[in-house]
Order: sequence, then structure tokens, then C-alpha cells
Amino acid sequence: MTIQFNDETFHDDFTFRNSEWAIRRFPFPFHEDSYMYSVNLEPHLSLRPGSVFEKTFDLDEHYVAEMRDRARVLADDPLRCQSLPHMTLAGWDLLELIMEAKAREYPDLFELHRDGDRWHWINRPLEIEQKFTFMDETTLPCGPMEYITRQTQGDFAVLDQRDDNLWLDAGMVTTQADWSLDFDIGMNFFEWHAPVPLAAEMGIFQRALKFLLNVQQGTPARRLNWTMTVNPLLDTSPENYHKWGVQKTQLTPENVGKKQHLRVELQTFFRLPRSNGIVFPIRCYLIRLEDLVTVPKWGRRLHRVLRDLPEELATYKGFIRNRPMIVEYLSKFDDGAPTSPGIWPD
Amino acid sequence: MSKFQFPKSIQSRPVYGTLAARPGKDHLMIADAEGAEALLDLAGTARDLMAKAQVIYIPRDSDDRYLARLREAAPAQLYVGPSYAACVPRLRRILADAHMGLQVYLAGTEGLIGQAMLEATTAGFPASAIQTEHRGSVARRVQCVHCKGITEDVASTPFVCAHCGLNLFVRDHYSRRIAAFQGVCVDAEDPGQVPTPEELYR
Repeated sequence: MTIQFNDETFHDDFTFRNSEWAIRRFPFPFHEDSYMYSVNLEPHLSLRPGSVFEKTFDLDEHYVAEMRDRARVLADDPLRCQSLPHMTLAGWDLLELIMEAKAREYPDLFELHRDGDRWHWINRPLEIEQKFTFMDETTLPCGPMEYITRQTQGDFAVLDQRDDNLWLDAGMVTTQADWSLDFDIGMNFFEWHAPVPLAAEMGIFQRALKFLLNVQQGTPARRLNWTMTVNPLLDTSPENYHKWGVQKTQLTPENVGKKQHLRVELQTFFRLPRSNGIVFPIRCYLIRLEDLVTVPKWGRRLHRVLRDLPEELATYKGFIRNRPMIVEYLSKFDDGAPTSPGIWPD
Repeated sequence: MSKFQFPKSIQSRPVYGTLAARPGKDHLMIADAEGAEALLDLAGTARDLMAKAQVIYIPRDSDDRYLARLREAAPAQLYVGPSYAACVPRLRRILADAHMGLQVYLAGTEGLIGQAMLEATTAGFPASAIQTEHRGSVARRVQCVHCKGITEDVASTPFVCAHCGLNLFVRDHYSRRIAAFQGVCVDAEDPGQVPTPEELYR
């Protein structure tokens, strides 16, 4: 199918909208009527044509606008993209992974022509054409990780594997749920997850790390994570929290359906072939509550999940102050009927 | 008593130990304020170690309380500096000239330990060659996540960023690369509503 790219913004006037198509394929993250942390990792296999799980790197109607937003955020704060000196090889691994997947899975939008190490990349939606020498940084306008992630939706954490741990040594982070790459770069898996409540005591990170250390080339994994965001704001960074935090206070019973969004991260994990690193793309999907409840099962279930969520989690996810208003709004879409298992609409 | 028992804390926070003499040809000791007590304790158990040790000491508000005893411990070289920042060029030179096998001993405040640790690891010395012992003030070094400026000796939370003036609370999250905790705006959602500052660890 041909994707019509939206002309929309994720800041100030917030013209972001989901089409009917985008609503139906939204990655609803709750497979049952309650939520607790778990190591909910599964193989990243192609699933359900048209769903966000079909392609290696999902691309949708927000692509062009999201890339514009990324460029805006980077111009304002170049520290959102950083790579420690030993991570350049992993950057090339990532560039290859993305270019190959996009050219293969979206041939009408992307082309990759290779003649030895002389590569020719065409990105039609962003009107980019680049001839370069693979593994020669001087032939690209910026480092390989920055180059390709300016053209790919989602944040990217690039991890080095050593000492039986994963180290956050490079990243492109402009759509994050309140964590700072500049602060966390160089940390190991346990250090950068230190602020997450409850999960460490539950042994979540030990198990997740064990799994990730064993991710093999060609067999990527994925999981969903979620939070709540007022306004379709991609850049909910701690860096700018003093500017956007106040938006959380602008929710009213009248506007909650329009302004409150469920924010879902599709997190995937790929082994990189040359560097033996792991790349961890974190793709953000946003949906207004009033769009979400057009799928009756999702409206019922989100109401029950948010109503019953432990207080620490609602605090950590940053919506404790608005929870009563959100739950009140969603309760109107919950008739108490049972819901079917799994995340898909009925 | 200058020792403080830190409460059970987050995974990113460094854990401090007790300095112990290690075999080796070269020894570098860096301490500030009450950190001198840790060096003196070490010297008490291993007198011959001091004869092979270079010591950088920053008295801060302990003034000359420990100086005479440090001299008595007879280190190979004792340098007393007016501030950590003033010692950095000397420290970098020492690390650049040092051979593999150098043993590093850090004692005193978290700010001193964190920054000197960063210098030593950046210079290529492995964490396994670096020992730390916390003594004295529990004030933290905090980086403002908004303006990136670092405020030294933060003893209570929330506090005012010394650079941009935002009211920050000290988040329990520590970066070794920056050698600082994270400070985050406390009144972003309710501008002007700043909680009464409380001493850290209370």
C-alpha cells in the first residue's frame, strides 16, 4: 500500500493526528485487564500483515513529520545524539541493518545499491540521495549512527557488550519517556535502569540482561512498554521537563479525551554483526484517548488497567496527578463486559 | 567520627569501601578534608607503603587539622592543594607519567572520589586498581539535567541550580562519567510551589 505522510507537528500547536488506519494498527500494550512489570520479551518475527509487528522497522504516516521533529530537537540540543569513540563500528552495523531492511521491505520508498563498499542510498519520502563508501565516515555528512537514525522513526540505544553486561555507549534519543542520554551514556544495564521502582527487587533486570546478552544475529526480540503523555509531545525529555511539565496541569474533564495520550514503545533488540553490540530501537506510538476508545475492547481494558495500577507505577510513569480524571473519563467506556485475551481488537 | 553509613540505595550509586594497602611499586593517594583520616588509618597499618606514595590532599574546611599528621606519615611526596580543580593539571600529569600497576587510593567526599575516579579511569587505569573510602561530608555533586551545569556540595533537596537558577530536587541517579547525581526541576508542574528543603539522608 502507499502511505500518505501527514503534515503535522508534535509541539506547540500539536497538529498530530492518527488516521483510521493508524488507530486500528495501534500497538495496544495490555494483553489482559491488569498490568505489572514482566520480562515480556518475544521473538521479533513478522506478525499480522499491516500491523506494527510486520516489518523489521515499522514505518507509518508520521514518518516525515517525526523526522522533522527530530531535526528540530537536535538543532536545539545536539547532546541528544552521542556516540563514545569505540562505537563507530556499531554505528556502521546499524546503518547496514536499517538500510537493508528498509530497501527490502519498502522497495517503493527506499533503494540501496551496492558495488563492493561503494553504496548508493535513496530515501524517497525525505528526498535524500547519498553515495558513500561503507565504513568510511568521511563520505557521510555525519557519523553513521546519526546519519541513519535521522531517517528512522524511534529512539536508538546502541549497547556495547563486555564484562557480561551491556553498556549504553551510543544513542539517538529525541522521543524519550523522560530519560537523559547525556546523563546515562556510559552506564551499564543496571545503572541506567536504577531509577525504575519495584522492578529491580523483582529481579526483572537480571533476567532481562541474561536474555539480551544471548540475543543472536538474525533472531531479534521485542517487547512493548507504555506510559501516559499529555499532548502528542514526542520530546518528553528531562532536559526540557521544566518547559513541558506544566502541560500536565492543563487537563480538564472536557479536554482529557483529546489531550491525554497513551504512549506505547515498541522496543526491539538486534545483535550487530561486526561490533557484537546490541541495538535497542525504542519506537514511540501515540494515541488520544478518544481515538483509543473507538475500539471498545481497548477502552474497557485501559480503564481497568489504569484504575488498578499500583501507586508507585503511576507516579513513576508520571500521571499520578491526572489519574482520577483519566479513570473517570475511561469509565464511561467500560460497561463491565468481559474482554477477550490478547492485545488485538475483537 | 567521619564515617557515614549510606542507606541501601540505587544500583547506579557507587559503593565505598575501606582503604587497604596493596602490593606495588607506585601508589597515588588523593583525599579531601576528613579523607585524611582514611589515609592516616592506612598509614598506621602500612608504614612502608607511604614511602612509595604520592599524596594529593585538599584540606577544604578542615584547614590545617590533618596537615602535621600527614607530614608525619612521611609520604614520598605530599602536595597540599587549595581546591580539587586546582589539582587537576597536576593529577593528569601524574597519571600520564604513571606505569601500569599504579595503585590509586581515593578518600573523602563523594565529589572528590567521583571526579578523581573519572580522571584515573579516563587515563586508562582499571577500576580494579582504584580503592575508595568515603569520609566526611555527605553533600553531593549534582548536575542540572536542564542546563548541564554542576553544583558542588549540595546538602539538601530541593536546591537552587548555581548556573540557571531552577529549583532542583536531587534524583537518586548517579553518572560516573559526569561524577554527579542528577538534579531535576521540582516545580515544573506547579511553578513557584517549591517544597521546604530537607537535608539529604533524613
